[in-house]
Amino acid sequence: MQIQPILAALRRHRLATLLIAMEIALACAVLCNACFMIANRIAMMHIDSGVDETSLATVQLTGYEDSHAVDLNARVLAGLRSIPGMQSVTVLNSIPFGARRGTAGITLDAAAQHFGGVVEFYVGGPGSLQALGVHVIAGRGPQADDFRAFTGLMPSDASVQITHSLAEHLWPGVDPLGKDFWLDKMHYRVVGVIDHLVRPDPPGWPDNSKDWSIFVPAQPGKLLAGSYLLRADPRDVPRVLRDARAMIAKVAPDAVFDQEGSQTLSDLRATCFRQDRAMAGILVGVIVALLLVTALGIVGLASFWVQQRRRQIGIRRAIGATRGDILRYFQTENFLIVSFGIALGMVLAFALNVMLMKFYELPRLPLYYLPIGALVLWALGQIAVLGPALRAAAVPPVVATRSV
Amino acid sequence: MFDYYLNLALRSLRRNKVLTALMIITLALGIGASITTLTVLRLLSGDPLPQKSAQLFYAQVDPYTRDGYVPGKTKPQRLMAYPDAMNLLHAHQARRQAAMALTDAKIAPLHAGEHPFFSDGVMTTADFFTMFDAPFRYGGGWTADDDESRAQVVVISDFLNDRLFGGASSVGRTIRVNDHDLRIIGVLKPWAPQPRFYAQGLGGRSYGDGDAVFLPLQTARAASMDPQNDDCWAVADTSKLETAPCIWLGFWAELSSDGEVAAYRQFLSNYVQQQIALGRFYRPEVALSDLPQWLRDEKVVPDDVRLQAGLAFGFLLICVVNTVGLLLAKCLRRSQEIGVRRALGATRRAIFAQFMVEAGIVGMAGGLPGLVFAELGLWCIRHQPAEYAGLAHLDVHMFFLTFLVALVASMIAGLLPAWRASLLAPGSQLKAA
Repeated sequence: MQIQPILAALRRHRLATLLIAMEIALACAVLCNACFMIANRIAMMHIDSGVDETSLATVQLTGYEDSHAVDLNARVLAGLRSIPGMQSVTVLNSIPFGARRGTAGITLDAAAQHFGGVVEFYVGGPGSLQALGVHVIAGRGPQADDFRAFTGLMPSDASVQITHSLAEHLWPGVDPLGKDFWLDKMHYRVVGVIDHLVRPDPPGWPDNSKDWSIFVPAQPGKLLAGSYLLRADPRDVPRVLRDARAMIAKVAPDAVFDQEGSQTLSDLRATCFRQDRAMAGILVGVIVALLLVTALGIVGLASFWVQQRRRQIGIRRAIGATRGDILRYFQTENFLIVSFGIALGMVLAFALNVMLMKFYELPRLPLYYLPIGALVLWALGQIAVLGPALRAAAVPPVVATRSV
Repeated sequence: MFDYYLNLALRSLRRNKVLTALMIITLALGIGASITTLTVLRLLSGDPLPQKSAQLFYAQVDPYTRDGYVPGKTKPQRLMAYPDAMNLLHAHQARRQAAMALTDAKIAPLHAGEHPFFSDGVMTTADFFTMFDAPFRYGGGWTADDDESRAQVVVISDFLNDRLFGGASSVGRTIRVNDHDLRIIGVLKPWAPQPRFYAQGLGGRSYGDGDAVFLPLQTARAASMDPQNDDCWAVADTSKLETAPCIWLGFWAELSSDGEVAAYRQFLSNYVQQQIALGRFYRPEVALSDLPQWLRDEKVVPDDVRLQAGLAFGFLLICVVNTVGLLLAKCLRRSQEIGVRRALGATRRAIFAQFMVEAGIVGMAGGLPGLVFAELGLWCIRHQPAEYAGLAHLDVHMFFLTFLVALVASMIAGLLPAWRASLLAPGSQLKAA
């Protein structure tokens, strides 16, 4: 296929060529960035929580008197544990993707000079860490005498488990076991490392800190009550939660059952990311509409060109060009224009990404999005031009002999 | 003349139905997307109290310590500590002033056998209702004396009144809030400013339903109702928030002239200097933002919504470029017709006008399906999991704006093709024919 005559023809239609190329360029810029944003949202939605979500549910109670908390715990734990199929019921202040009650800033020295970061304190009663199903990858899990009663905001001088990513953040490359940190005047010592334990509200945090969690063992009491972690076989979880609701009405009529907060962890996770899912859906919609419009534009202009060149096509056919030659002519023409648009579009995509990075917290666009975007647009161009090109190929040679 | 152009344009548009339909559909898609997102953006960035917002000011002082303080860079805290809010309240330096916090109010059922439920509550001080123009259906608000004497009174919303009392006047009746019996002294008419400006920073949502109960701050605290949001700068016993080193109150003042604003700003500075002299404060920064400014500072409009609006307008741009291309194709195809018209005496300007009219018709024709797409888009928004979802409706303004955007977009798209058409020389076109 000779490119020279195509270029010569395009030069005579500079404006139309430029317009299609522009449209492709804009489409390329938006396409790459929108795909990148979708990928980001999806990656966020698939964050590894580190816990056995499918086996877990939570019951949240409010509206009881603080002075009744100990009694309430006893009634609720006994009541819920009697539900058939329940594997364990434990007390845990914060719930992954659910209630958030332990967000605080920690320091690496008692004098509060070295700020460590804002982390989530999961304060849990006996058995709650096992119930979550997290994996202790170094050191040890909590032992029976670690669970102590406390009076302040949180237990002090506790032996705690922290996540691997938090350990790496606080003490990069150093063994975190035995290290100390402080929450204001309250002191903690690391005795174990867990691989993952997500914060209750991961969407609100930067990527590297979604997993900064600490497990503090404590004895349920006045300040650790009303938030329960239920574990059952994944098939039983929805039924167990329904039974739990009925059971609470029986054993704790003085408390308010928090309908919104008391869910299976799978449902809590879905709720937690529904905004991101909706946004990803909108972005997909934009991409589809965008590709559709771009394709329609190409179809429109290509049809116009075909009609305008009927006579030339007829002449070419009359002097020996095959249908295939004509078809390939329009396909190559489209390929050239789209390529030109893509080259322009890559620059635009980067400019748009820089702008988005400035106004929204979006990382830099990885380079591999560009060739993918290019492939999509090339394919789109070829599909869009196929119809008009086939119509061009169908022009009979006899047209050459007629005056238009 | 216009009639003639209209006639010509309609004729030309009819001649190539596919191309015309393509133009109209693309333009309509772009317009639909832009109007949808613009409606949401307008809804979210609206003025909650249009008649009053310029006179309402949010005051900030900063009781935090020197830790992490960078002079000139650190902005004052969003919330206020109880002693400061009370001092400012009792100073009466503004026409009206109120301190407030949000709370979960546990409301006991009136009949045995029903479950208690939680409603959104506001604990605040007497001026709240007059300052924010909250309208009463029955009764009225409480007085400053009621604030001080911890009067066991409450104002409830229309929807709570409907739920508990079937809409009849409940003034004088008693409801049990957080296990305390409170006498109802007022029932509001439906009142839900969007955004819920007074809740910014206090821990509540920004859009959606209004609050259900309003109680005097000290009455609520005596019933051990806790604020939704508190921040402490030292270890604190949060059960005694009044004396704890914690901030948890929002403070609004009504000031009606520039002079009053300047005077109040000065009053705030003096107050802070006095507190520094007393050793209570370290940071001298104060802030006094009017309502629109406060909403901007609080970034009440979600980033996602701005991003969507940006995307939609990017999409509209692509649609316009597309329309330019198609219009150009149409007008170049009619080179001969233009040549004839020019040869018969039409001026360049006349040709230009003719093609602009044609572009305008495409725009207006695109406006109607654009409106349909916008309604479709808003329907999707209403089914989104956002607190503002239920509010997304097309109003009269946006209805007309749709056609305006359609017209402007199509005129912009028509400029280039019309200009190209007007440049065609009459002679060469006639010869070719």
